[in-house]
Amino acid sequence: MSILTRRGLLKSGAVMGAGMAAPTFFVNQAHAYTNAPTGGSVTLGFNVPQSGPYADEGADELRAYELAVEHLNGGGDGGMMNTFTSKALKGNGILGKKVEYVTGDTQTKADAARASARSMIEKDRAVMITGGSSSGVAVAVQALCQEAGVIFMAGLTHSNDTTGKDKKANGFRHFFNSYMSGAALAPILGANYGKDRKAYHLTADYNWGYTTEEAVRTSTEAMGWETVAAVKTPLTQTDFSSYITPVLQSDADVLVLNHYGGNMVNSLTNAVQFGLRDKLVNGKNFEIIVPLYSRLMAKGAGANVKGIFGSTNWHWSLSDEGSKAFVKSFGEKYGFPPSQAAHTTYVQAILYADACERAGTFNPCGVAEALEGFEFDGMGNGPTLYRAEDHQCFKDVLVVKGKENPTSEFDLLEIVEVTPAAQVTYDASIFGGELGACNPGA
Amino acid sequence: MELSEFIAQIVNGLDKGSAYALIALGLSLIFGTLGVVNFAHGALFMIGAFCAVTLNRILTWSHVVIDETKTDFLGNPLKVNVPYVNDWFGVETGAAIIDWSVPLAIVFSIPVMILVGIIMERGLIKHFYKRPHADQILVTFGLAIVLQEIIKFFYGANPIPIGAPAAFAGSFDFGTMFGFDPNTIIYPYWRIIYFFFAALIIGAVFAFLQFTTFGMVVRAGMADRETVGLLGINIDKRFTLMFGIAAAVAGLAGVMYAPINAPNYHMGMDFLVLSFVVVVVGGMGSLPGAVAAGFLLGILESFASMDTVLQVIPGINQVVIYLVAIIVILTMPRGLMGRKGVMEE
Amino acid sequence: MFGLNKKDTRLMWIVITMVVFAPFILNPFPETSGMAQFNAGYPDLMQRFVIFGIFAIGFNILFGLTGYLSFGHAAFLGIGSYAAIWMMKLLTMNVIPAIIVSIVVAGLISLVIGWISLRRSGIYFSILTLCFAMMAYALAYSVLTPITGGETGLQPKLNDPRIFDAPLAAGASPKANLFGLQMGATYELKLGGWLFVINAGYYIAGLLMLAAFYLSIRIFRSPFGMMLRAVKSNQQRVNYTGLNSKPYTLAAFVISGMYAGLAGGLLVAMDTQAGAERMFWTASGEVVLMTILGGVGTLIGPVLGAGFIKYMENIVSKINSKVLHEWFAFLPDGMEDFLVAVFYPFVGKGWHLTLGLLFMMIVIFLPGGLMEGGQKIADKFRNKKKNDKDDSAQAAATPAE
Repeated sequence: MSILTRRGLLKSGAVMGAGMAAPTFFVNQAHAYTNAPTGGSVTLGFNVPQSGPYADEGADELRAYELAVEHLNGGGDGGMMNTFTSKALKGNGILGKKVEYVTGDTQTKADAARASARSMIEKDRAVMITGGSSSGVAVAVQALCQEAGVIFMAGLTHSNDTTGKDKKANGFRHFFNSYMSGAALAPILGANYGKDRKAYHLTADYNWGYTTEEAVRTSTEAMGWETVAAVKTPLTQTDFSSYITPVLQSDADVLVLNHYGGNMVNSLTNAVQFGLRDKLVNGKNFEIIVPLYSRLMAKGAGANVKGIFGSTNWHWSLSDEGSKAFVKSFGEKYGFPPSQAAHTTYVQAILYADACERAGTFNPCGVAEALEGFEFDGMGNGPTLYRAEDHQCFKDVLVVKGKENPTSEFDLLEIVEVTPAAQVTYDASIFGGELGACNPGA
Repeated sequence: MELSEFIAQIVNGLDKGSAYALIALGLSLIFGTLGVVNFAHGALFMIGAFCAVTLNRILTWSHVVIDETKTDFLGNPLKVNVPYVNDWFGVETGAAIIDWSVPLAIVFSIPVMILVGIIMERGLIKHFYKRPHADQILVTFGLAIVLQEIIKFFYGANPIPIGAPAAFAGSFDFGTMFGFDPNTIIYPYWRIIYFFFAALIIGAVFAFLQFTTFGMVVRAGMADRETVGLLGINIDKRFTLMFGIAAAVAGLAGVMYAPINAPNYHMGMDFLVLSFVVVVVGGMGSLPGAVAAGFLLGILESFASMDTVLQVIPGINQVVIYLVAIIVILTMPRGLMGRKGVMEE
Repeated sequence: MFGLNKKDTRLMWIVITMVVFAPFILNPFPETSGMAQFNAGYPDLMQRFVIFGIFAIGFNILFGLTGYLSFGHAAFLGIGSYAAIWMMKLLTMNVIPAIIVSIVVAGLISLVIGWISLRRSGIYFSILTLCFAMMAYALAYSVLTPITGGETGLQPKLNDPRIFDAPLAAGASPKANLFGLQMGATYELKLGGWLFVINAGYYIAGLLMLAAFYLSIRIFRSPFGMMLRAVKSNQQRVNYTGLNSKPYTLAAFVISGMYAGLAGGLLVAMDTQAGAERMFWTASGEVVLMTILGGVGTLIGPVLGAGFIKYMENIVSKINSKVLHEWFAFLPDGMEDFLVAVFYPFVGKGWHLTLGLLFMMIVIFLPGGLMEGGQKIADKFRNKKKNDKDDSAQAAATPAE
């Protein structure tokens, strides 16, 4: 394992230098910003779910981070650094400092995630925190990073809130959101299922579920669909039978499952069990829609996903140069294609490093300035803009469908449409919230 | 509210209730016979479901064949896994065997679960009979974590889909039998089987306790362990076996549940709190109480999830089980059928 | 001293010393050494140690003294947190109103829940408390989202009213403080290779923990405490003597609920975030485990139990394969990979496995919890002078039911 070095050795030089020096306030005088790297290395904090239902997604995020660190430090084949339009990164770490990292477990709980992030900031002196697999965690950790004065590069978080009402100047999101899912899905649904459909929504009873339901409702109603009912289901629900049978008795001909993770796997499985897909209502085939897809969830739902539409941030079967390079280096290292969570976290790590290079500093305010309004390409989703007003990325959104004849256990989704960024762009002010000013801490 | 909706929710409730009742029955059996608060009972349910997954893995044990006509995600020739059963019995018979892995897992899981139960009882639980309930909770909770982490280590955290045999796919439209429109009250075959399977197991456990000498001794031991011991009967051995049986009941509930919801490593914890609520609502020390409470809570939970109900009381589906439990415990001091003095200290 | 007997005074001094010198005790390894991974002397974890210590001390007043096992105490922690964060949003970022209101609100709610739940005993009581807490969690996560923030929880925002605070300076964000002293204010002491972190928030929480601990000693030694113990050993006998035990148990329930509220308020004061997961049954279960693990009915055991669990959660979960490789790097490659493979399942993402195994080992081999372990070691050193055992050890020897 030649890429691994002893953090202790690298740090020792700096610490020896400080030696018995008089105590200093690191709060104020010592540095211009929190955790300014002093030695020959810089530490990033990878905060991902390692226990709980999203542990596999977290494991994939961590693989992508490790790959990104390898590439940043000049190892491996460079992956998407070669296709990235910005050429600031040289493969010698970030600003000449070798990239080190620490990992932590968010447990997909806001409290645990913050505890883990604080330990990275306070103990390990991480200058950036990234990762996570739910919006609750993303919003909580983003607020913490704002307060502590470090950059937060969100992982998988799909709620409008993260860059909407809860946006923060130190936080950045590459992943798409509920609004974009709705906007991208509606035209495809209209084209495939017609414009006079009656939709029945089952919605996970928490923030992400609300924003997703609202986005899909608004965009489908705009093209003529009618919403028959929208029923909230508890997060802790495992058996959805009592929510599915009323669907059979309504005159709805489309079921929208605003569920994610285990909720989605179970509700979709149950819906198919109850024969919804074989039903004929109002002379039309009954259809099921899953607004947010991930390959891991599709795997959990097995054959039930076949033919079901949804949206996703990225998929390994994309044929652009960036995606191909990423799939190649990830696949060769780990033996299977990356998930969308892996893609978004890899990109976030590279984008952060690139912003530091371009800004010439790790200072969060400098980095934020470099990211704001930054336009780039070659990272898998076509030309992308990091919008300055809300720190949300605008890029192509994929509409996908469960594949009928998968050739392998990874080949579960097929891309139906790549919706151009322009079609999913919205006004930054519609979700409220205040970005505030960047906080360098210290 | 239409009558058909009402009936459909009762059926849902019976279906849900049968899972609750099966888990609660095993839990109550362990309470009643051994006086042990077993926080690892959910883990036994989970292990049962993973018996199905494991058997499926064994049956689909494969060797790799390279298919030159297709490519994998890296552009290399595609490697296709071919199960050995296909080689041995031909593709069609092989596929049929794999398809039937869940029913086969029932046979497979009974000895496995009894063994797991006996090892647990002899190796760990037996040392905790005289210890305070708090210690029992701590040690069985620790065990539950260890068991689920072991499963997570080997199978990952993602749910693993296991289908029911194709013969049982589809649903039964029994609404038409009662004069309702077609497609209003339909129920998947596998869930109907689950219900009857649960009824069968519950009946078998009761019959076993009621009509066999073994069961009589165990019941006597539940009532007064010391006296039975003084009569020269080796109650310990019987209790060990009872623990094995309780584990098997939980395991079977898990095996049969696998096609309904894809098993994952934390499914036991999801059911744990609920099953304790069910047992306590049923009343401590009462097996019929546990079963009755399982069905009661299943049905009420189903009603609470109806849109018409939610329109009137938003969020009732989130709390109905807890609310009912509170009301039952407050109006009936020992739950539905609890015995006096059992875990009231 | 302080109205305590000699042994309790000694215990109090030990705890005071531990709290005051925690930043040094918890950072025994030089920052540059590989062992620095095991240092726990950073503000967040130290704060959590004392806050969950308070939570467990309070829980022990109910469970250790009366034997009533509440399985829903996390509800009071969560309610205290919500009360505190709302004070910070509405009134001021000064932590004083937040902490006081969190104690009061948690006290009121625990009065209601306690009054209802204490109508039953044994496991029926446990399930009643569990049901109340799960209802609180489920509602806070879903339909109460407008007041609780639901999934994302609540944090102070720039545009909150905060009627007592001066308007924020441009670019500044609201920070929890005590009359201007920020909870995050930290002084860093470098001594050779060692780095010690002196944090304002920690000492404020630590001071409150000492007060909570002192109060718990007084309760344990008071006639009220004696009464509670009588309830535990035989409630019927107490009732037959013509005493109504309910006011006593209810008082104990409310006191422990207020401790939980204080802990919740402090969590918000140290880290301005409140969320519903704090009330999930696993959080209630955690404080039960802390108390049993440390030693039910002992004065200091629950604090040790709290420290133990939080340490595992925060330190062991951060050891990843890279760190393991660094540790064993001095070995030949094959040996290194082998040892990494052996240890890997138990650390990082496998930290739950280690936690579960340790739960089992402690309860199997140390029936009285960590306190009994400490006692056994102490006995060895004292050459088994049995008569020298203090009260807390005796309590440990007779575990609660």
